Amino acid sequence: MEVTLNWYLSLSAVLFTAGVIGFLFRRNAIVMLMSVELMLNAVNLTLVAFSQSLGDPQGQILVFFVMAVAAAEAAIGLALVIAIFRNKTTIDVTEFNLFKY
Amino acid sequence: MDSAVLILLILLLPLAGAALNGLVGLFMPSYRSKEGLIGAIGTAMVTVPFLAFVYLFLAYDGEPIVWSAFTWMAAGDLSLDFAYRIDQLSLLMGLVVTGVGSLIHVYSVGYMHGDDGFWRFFAYLNLFIFAMLNLILGDNLVVLFLGWEGVGLCSYLLIGFWYTNLKNSAAANKAFIMNRIGDFAFLIAMFMIFKEIGSLDVGVILTEGLNMPEATIGWIVLLLFIGATGKSAQIPLFTWLPDAMAGPTPVSALIHAATMVTSGLYLLARLSPLVLMAPNVMMVITVVGATTALVAATIAITQNDIKKVLAYSTVSQLGYMFVATGVGAFYVAIFHVMTHAFFKGCLFLGSGSVIHGMHHVEHELAHDGHGHKLDPQDMRTMGGLRKYMPATRMTFLISTLAIAGIPLLAGFFSKDEILFKAFEAASFGFPIGWFAWIVGLITALLTAIYMMRAYVLTFEGAPRWPHADTLHPHESPASMTFPLWVLAGLSMVGGFLGIPAVIAHGDLNWIHHWLAGEGGPVAEKLFDGHVSLALEWGLIALGSAVAIIGVSLGWRWYTTKGLAFDETLKSRFGGLYTLWAGKYFLDEAYDKAVVRPVVGGANHFFAPFDKYIIDGLVNGVAFFTRAVSFVLRYIQTGNVQSYAVSIVFGVLLIVWLMLF
Repeated sequence: MEVTLNWYLSLSAVLFTAGVIGFLFRRNAIVMLMSVELMLNAVNLTLVAFSQSLGDPQGQILVFFVMAVAAAEAAIGLALVIAIFRNKTTIDVTEFNLFKY
Repeated sequence: MDSAVLILLILLLPLAGAALNGLVGLFMPSYRSKEGLIGAIGTAMVTVPFLAFVYLFLAYDGEPIVWSAFTWMAAGDLSLDFAYRIDQLSLLMGLVVTGVGSLIHVYSVGYMHGDDGFWRFFAYLNLFIFAMLNLILGDNLVVLFLGWEGVGLCSYLLIGFWYTNLKNSAAANKAFIMNRIGDFAFLIAMFMIFKEIGSLDVGVILTEGLNMPEATIGWIVLLLFIGATGKSAQIPLFTWLPDAMAGPTPVSALIHAATMVTSGLYLLARLSPLVLMAPNVMMVITVVGATTALVAATIAITQNDIKKVLAYSTVSQLGYMFVATGVGAFYVAIFHVMTHAFFKGCLFLGSGSVIHGMHHVEHELAHDGHGHKLDPQDMRTMGGLRKYMPATRMTFLISTLAIAGIPLLAGFFSKDEILFKAFEAASFGFPIGWFAWIVGLITALLTAIYMMRAYVLTFEGAPRWPHADTLHPHESPASMTFPLWVLAGLSMVGGFLGIPAVIAHGDLNWIHHWLAGEGGPVAEKLFDGHVSLALEWGLIALGSAVAIIGVSLGWRWYTTKGLAFDETLKSRFGGLYTLWAGKYFLDEAYDKAVVRPVVGGANHFFAPFDKYIIDGLVNGVAFFTRAVSFVLRYIQTGNVQSYAVSIVFGVLLIVWLMLF
């Protein structure tokens, strides 16, 4: 059985949906960050799959950029989580709602 | 030298001086204390234009020079240049303005010494000279109007120079607002001229403008005259001038005696051929001028503030000049403008010197612990200053005699010429001239009396300020007495420029030849006949007699009785004296007739409008915003995940839109 483009795309869609659902329904800030990573990597997978399928290396180059951004985002996100934890001794995002109304 | 360069120099130097002293002083506080430098720059920027005027004057060949700097605005039929005209009239006025202006700048160096606003003062003075030169040299009415407004602005700035005192600011506002009334009429006159002939150039007005319908010319001249009554302080708009004395004394001398207030007369002289075509308006001018002369002279008798006496005297003398304009003797009006600049400039500067000295006395009194308060301008606390201020006293006396019209001094020639012209006009078909002549004679008598009163109360008799035995003022520094001597000298000899026609049939009357002679810019009303030579001598004798009687009466009354004589006058004239001392209650009348209705009307009609409509609109917008946001703000939950939900739905919406 040959692995076609559709397989990659389907996996990517599943991963992305998992990421979205995780971001929307989990309250732990770290898990939410992980969900974001999941979404980014789903996108990366799509890019690589198309790149392979079309024979165009541009998609793979773009993935490097996405990974760099993801690394930076994760670093800042975790730093924020640590800062929040020091203040409130919790990382439940529903506790952080000072910016309302 | 090229005359265009000279004109440019004349105009730009005062402007440069104003910019230099004003801007450097503004941004560099350390510059403000360099009085010597500031004064030197300010004075040089007026003296050099004066020398340029002298050069132009000497080189003048009788052909007017018109120089256009550049086109200011061109729209449709209207094309306006920054054009300047050098001719006999503007040369003479320019010489007076920059000459007297230079002297007053020198004087100001001494007078303003130690004032915090020294730099500001010189910047304003230079700006004034720039505006005044625009007024004088402008070849079209718009440039002239630019200068006209410019001098008004500078007058405002300088009257309110010591703006921390509310009284001074109020006086400045009053001057500015009253001048606006006149300016409004002037503007309408310009619109009418433009509508009729489509140009505002003086040259075109004086050629094509003369073909306008007679009624139109009448209205235009009347409106121009109303404009002149504002700037030149005539009835009914004269009440700002006495209040303008709130400014520093050099300002009173320069702006409110010698130059700016004469610009109305200059305007009428510049357009004299047009004025001559409106004989009915000339009657109005004569009556207003004569009435103003008399009214102001009667007020002057009752004033105790030395500067107020001089201010009313200025109004009165301006009235004389308008009489000359009204009977069609424009060159005589300009002649009196000139001699008046000499002797009134000298009088004002002299009064400034006195105030300077009395200020010292006031200062000493305030610090010796007796609690004496002294108004340094009140003549009732002066007296006996001749001993302490000999130079001031001598020059003040000379110019007092000059303004009183003592023969052979400057005022005698010009004032006598005005009276003679009024008499001549009256004899040959201008009956209103009789009124002007008689009022003029009475005013001449009053002038001699009130000026002698001012002189005697200030300089003669015994000192009246407290502790006069130990405390006395000093003579002012040389920078102040030098201009006094120069102006006093001019007050003595200035009149010989206009030797009356009885001597050598008028061949020696230089000012008549210069202004109204062949090719001169100033027209003259010609009459069918001439007054006989004997009668003319008789009139001169009468004028001299009136002056001498007035001076000797004033001298006798006030040297023998002093201040007490005012009481005698009060009891002798009763209600009339109250009327004079109350300045004919014009200010009160204006307050009742104009100020209060306007303020009251504003309170009754516009305050509610302001409160309900304007404020309501503003508050309504604010209320609406608040009401909407009251609902919308609940979208902001502060919860990250609810925001994420909206992002996801937003993305889904966009994707759906893109796909289907």
